[in-house]
Amino acid sequence: MVAWIADLWENVRVALDGLLANKLRSALTMLGVIIGVGAVIALMSIGEGAQASITEQINSIGSNLIYVSAGARGMGPVEGSGGSASLTYDDARAIADPRNVPDAAAVAPEFGQNTQVIFGDENINVSVTGVTPEYPLAYSGIEVVSGRFIEDKDVDGRSNVAVLGYQSAIDLFGGFDPVGQKIKVAMPSVGNGGNGGKVSLTVVGVLAEQSSSGFNDPNEAVFVPISTAQTKIFNGRDSLGEIVVGSVTVVAASEGQADAVVDEITALLRKRHDIGPSEDDDFFVMKQADMLEMASQITGIMTAFLGAIAGISLLVGGIGIMNIMLVSVTERTREIGLRKAVGARKGDILVQFLLEAVVLSVLGGLLGILLGMGLGKLVDLTGLMNSVVTLDSVLLAVGFSAAVGLFFGIYPANQAARLNPIEALRYE
Amino acid sequence: MIEIENVTKVYQMGQVQVHALCGVSLEIDQGEWVAVMGPSGSGKSTLMHIIGCLDAPTSGVYRLDGVEVGRMGENQLAAIRNRQIGFVFQTFNLLARTSALKQVMLPMQYTRNGARIPLGERERRAREALEMVGLGDRMRHLPTELSGGEQQRVAIARALVNDPDIIMADEPTGNLDSKSGAEVIEIFHRLHNEHKITMVMVTHDEEIGAQAERIIRLRDGQIVD
Repeated sequence: MVAWIADLWENVRVALDGLLANKLRSALTMLGVIIGVGAVIALMSIGEGAQASITEQINSIGSNLIYVSAGARGMGPVEGSGGSASLTYDDARAIADPRNVPDAAAVAPEFGQNTQVIFGDENINVSVTGVTPEYPLAYSGIEVVSGRFIEDKDVDGRSNVAVLGYQSAIDLFGGFDPVGQKIKVAMPSVGNGGNGGKVSLTVVGVLAEQSSSGFNDPNEAVFVPISTAQTKIFNGRDSLGEIVVGSVTVVAASEGQADAVVDEITALLRKRHDIGPSEDDDFFVMKQADMLEMASQITGIMTAFLGAIAGISLLVGGIGIMNIMLVSVTERTREIGLRKAVGARKGDILVQFLLEAVVLSVLGGLLGILLGMGLGKLVDLTGLMNSVVTLDSVLLAVGFSAAVGLFFGIYPANQAARLNPIEALRYE
Repeated sequence: MIEIENVTKVYQMGQVQVHALCGVSLEIDQGEWVAVMGPSGSGKSTLMHIIGCLDAPTSGVYRLDGVEVGRMGENQLAAIRNRQIGFVFQTFNLLARTSALKQVMLPMQYTRNGARIPLGERERRAREALEMVGLGDRMRHLPTELSGGEQQRVAIARALVNDPDIIMADEPTGNLDSKSGAEVIEIFHRLHNEHKITMVMVTHDEEIGAQAERIIRLRDGQIVD
């Protein structure tokens, strides 16, 4: 065993000597592997980083949340395909009834879309969202710094009032307090309700700055009573004339009750929408854990995809190694002949050249890991996300590069080992 | 020591068969210095490759120290070349970018099968061999920093370092001026006289051949004298 290790070390030294004899060529050959492994590490760490940041964002929305929206699962919202395809305001009210969904603590329906909001000369395009007073219960961290939030009386009376998100307030009003000012909201000129006119609203409150969370940034939103959004600003009726909502956010009384809430809502809506036992849901109920799973599935696929693309460059690097090794074998034919003449066996020559290829690729792999980590750190500096270098990706890259060296080294090494010593010594 | 009985060697060169050796028989005794001479194409290189265990005969028997070598496998032949035979070539065949000391240490790297030589021992024996050929002050020199005669002496040290029974020299002075050639022959005389090494030397230079104890002349693959 000791002698075996000593022999191996002997051969590694011979391989290193061979590589050091051609420093520039070795470095250039290694560059292919360095770039390949670097790309694998960098792209995978960026993918892992994206996954971590998406997970964190979903978690920051708050736990025990359930989203209900129209449309079959996985198909997105379906519009206008029959009366029961939409989620109506009455559905939302039924969900809010504790007799129907006893495990829900709060129910917050929403209805809104992006449109122009105008104050004086300032003009911004933001999400104008119709909400109920329950909205802050569903989105933890919504906090009013000036004035008040939407109240029941605003919803009941379809009042022309608005609460501005932090960024919207700054964009429209600059430094001063908007409470009491009048803003105008453009009615989208599509559908039978909109005619391109404007609705005037009085600002009654401003929200504190939020850490950006979720898919709609509350900082860049304008909140209005849901009834105002449905009837005065947008056309909130489906083809049957029912008032609809965009989505309903339900807060389960506790995290453990989230599954019960999902079941209760599903049963309720199936009954309300008259869906037979063999038919699919025409709505979409998802708890936060499902969203997490879905997001990590998507980012996982993305990471694997990025890694595979980077893997192609590693393959190209491997072909570079094979090319150089073939040149090297031809160039050193006489050396191989001499080594055989002084007693090198076929296996010695095979191992020598194979080790040269593996040393090239593993050394390149290690440098590539450093390069990849460096690239990841560079991405961190942009502030978009934090790259995460996992042990998995490092092991994968090193293992893959060693395998590349072995695979692409075997052919040239075998060519070298098979040389006839007499012919090799005569080779000019 | 070396017994060759009715050895033939046939090469296939495309469509034609080349009979390089046609029934050669000879014996070389322990400690003998033999020169193999003949015009080019006479088969002297082929004979040397067979004696040196670089090539196997097509037919006939080759016994080295009473052991039949002709039927041995590649690895066994490699071991014999490593421990019993030292080669000196016309073109020196030194490794590029490698110091004289490392050149001489090379054969010991391939000494295996329980006889592994530790690194320190290798260096000691390499120094000894280089001193013996008068290159004690050239150990760290690269081939490009050595004269032709010095390069050939490094090659002789490399042939000697594993303490072989036989030294096979293929035109050892062919690429050297007469002064360097004389130095090489001087060393061969010492190896022959003091170390009692069996020497087989291929040459077509009569003057060099005359240094040997016995001359074997080949023509068209047969011994003529």
